[in-house]
Amino acid sequence: MDFIIGHYNYWIVIVLMMVGFYTVINRGNLVKKIIGLNIFQVSVFLLYISIGTVSGGAAPIATEGVELYSNPLPHVLILTAIVVGVATTALGLALVVRIKEAYGTIEEDEIHKCDHTL
Amino acid sequence: MKGHLSLLLVVIPLLAAPVTAALTRARLAWAIAFAVTTACVILAGMQLWAVLNDGIISYELGGWAPPWGIEYRIDELNALVALIISGIAAVTLPYALLSAEQEIPEDKLPLFYSAFLLCFAGLLGITQTGDIFNVFVFLEISSLSSYALISLGQKRQALTSAYQYLIMGTLGATFFLIGVGLIYSVTGTLNMADLAQRLPELTHLKTVHTGFAFIMIGFALKLALFPLHLWLPNAYTYAPTVISVFLAATATKVALYVMLRVLFTVFPEGFVSTTPASELFILSGIAAILSASVYAIYQANVKRLLAYSSVAQIGYMALGIGLASAMGVTAAIIHLFNHALMKGALFMAIGAIIYRVGACRMENIQGLGRQMPWTFGAIVIGGMSLIGVPGTAGFVSKWYLVLAALEQEAWITVAVILLGSLLAVVYMGKIVEALYFRPVEETNVDVKEAPMLLLAPAWVLVIANIYFGLQTEPDRRGG
Repeated sequence: MDFIIGHYNYWIVIVLMMVGFYTVINRGNLVKKIIGLNIFQVSVFLLYISIGTVSGGAAPIATEGVELYSNPLPHVLILTAIVVGVATTALGLALVVRIKEAYGTIEEDEIHKCDHTL
Repeated sequence: MKGHLSLLLVVIPLLAAPVTAALTRARLAWAIAFAVTTACVILAGMQLWAVLNDGIISYELGGWAPPWGIEYRIDELNALVALIISGIAAVTLPYALLSAEQEIPEDKLPLFYSAFLLCFAGLLGITQTGDIFNVFVFLEISSLSSYALISLGQKRQALTSAYQYLIMGTLGATFFLIGVGLIYSVTGTLNMADLAQRLPELTHLKTVHTGFAFIMIGFALKLALFPLHLWLPNAYTYAPTVISVFLAATATKVALYVMLRVLFTVFPEGFVSTTPASELFILSGIAAILSASVYAIYQANVKRLLAYSSVAQIGYMALGIGLASAMGVTAAIIHLFNHALMKGALFMAIGAIIYRVGACRMENIQGLGRQMPWTFGAIVIGGMSLIGVPGTAGFVSKWYLVLAALEQEAWITVAVILLGSLLAVVYMGKIVEALYFRPVEETNVDVKEAPMLLLAPAWVLVIANIYFGLQTEPDRRGG
């Protein structure tokens, strides 16, 4: 029981990861796929932040009288990864807009139909 | 100057990209892109020379000592890969002048060259860096720009294939990120050389094994290793021809380089044999060679045929890695180099036909071989190299691969390699037959030979195919 409660953030990571991954695979709507991709990426951000925690450590801002800090490196890495994630989402949504213009739909099966009836 | 070589290789194209994006004149943007890639070829050549003479180069970014700062660490392997990428980029750009002007609207061209330079910078960055998180950042730089480049294709399917690639590519990159995070959580370092020192004591941990698996799957997606190759045929078919040339010759090669680096530098010797990775590489390599070659035979679109053939060729490289011997890895590296040459030449030659007729289905191109003899010649020699005819580069890499398989008495692997070559004879034969032995379409009777500007880059690669087919010492190529 301690194991389950003690690692609750990792359980959240796993659940989010699977929810996101399943959405990417299962949904036919192109925007929903991108939302799924975002959830998937966010779970990885949480994983990194969880790894960086030092038990009993304070937030990594230099303060007098604090000896133990959490590891700030994962935070920095995740800032970079968030930027990458935002860029990916922006590009993905831009492509969806262009697909909507070209096909008139953003449902995967209908796009498939459009290409095969030509 | 000499000390900063490795950084300049990445920084020059990265800085040139926004400059070209701000321009309005397409020719000027092209000129800058061409100057940058040429400069990078020279720099990459100097870097390889320096590594061969003085050994490993270690460059500390901003003067921060590794493992705290990011380190660029150059040995023979990445110096070679950097030279291949810059060489292909420099040969592709003269080709882009005509081909891209025809396929891409004039006002988009400066942005096109800008994205091209960004992709180029990202690919070079992956090869240069010695920091595993930095690999992720550069991977995303090159991937995001290549999604944009693919979406510029003329048909609307270009958009859906770019989207498909974006989803698969991002999943792959995120898998890699998970793997890096898991490894970091047990080692506390991101520097590859540092990881290599700390990992040997930790190989019993499940976290290390899980991280390893995530990294491998992530890059298998980027590499388009069977069965994770589904994005590749669409992306290569619908992308602008120049981009098909560039990506086919570089992007998958860089992914393979990262795999080799992680497998053999970052993880300790003997670690791979405790995982099922080798068997999986051989299995998916065999499946890739057989299934993708058969698929290629049934394609009516020549670009798609070549794309499936790329999936098969990636299978050969996977076999080389899977054999996990010095000879096997040598074969994989040589094939990485040679495949860049032959696929570059073939896509360029097909692009020359597309430039003249505007399509590349078998019925559109039939009979054109007699009207475009130089283009046809490039396809024949490129195809021979793909098949592995002695005297061409393709023969050398397949020879090493067969030797590596024989060394371990892996008879099935040997049989598959030979069968794959036979299948390549069939699908290349189909193109040659259509080009030479069938009557010309009535609308194409007046089609002339492709312009010099398209032929010259293709023939540079064709001649390289022959040169490296006759120059068989592997150490010349860092193998």
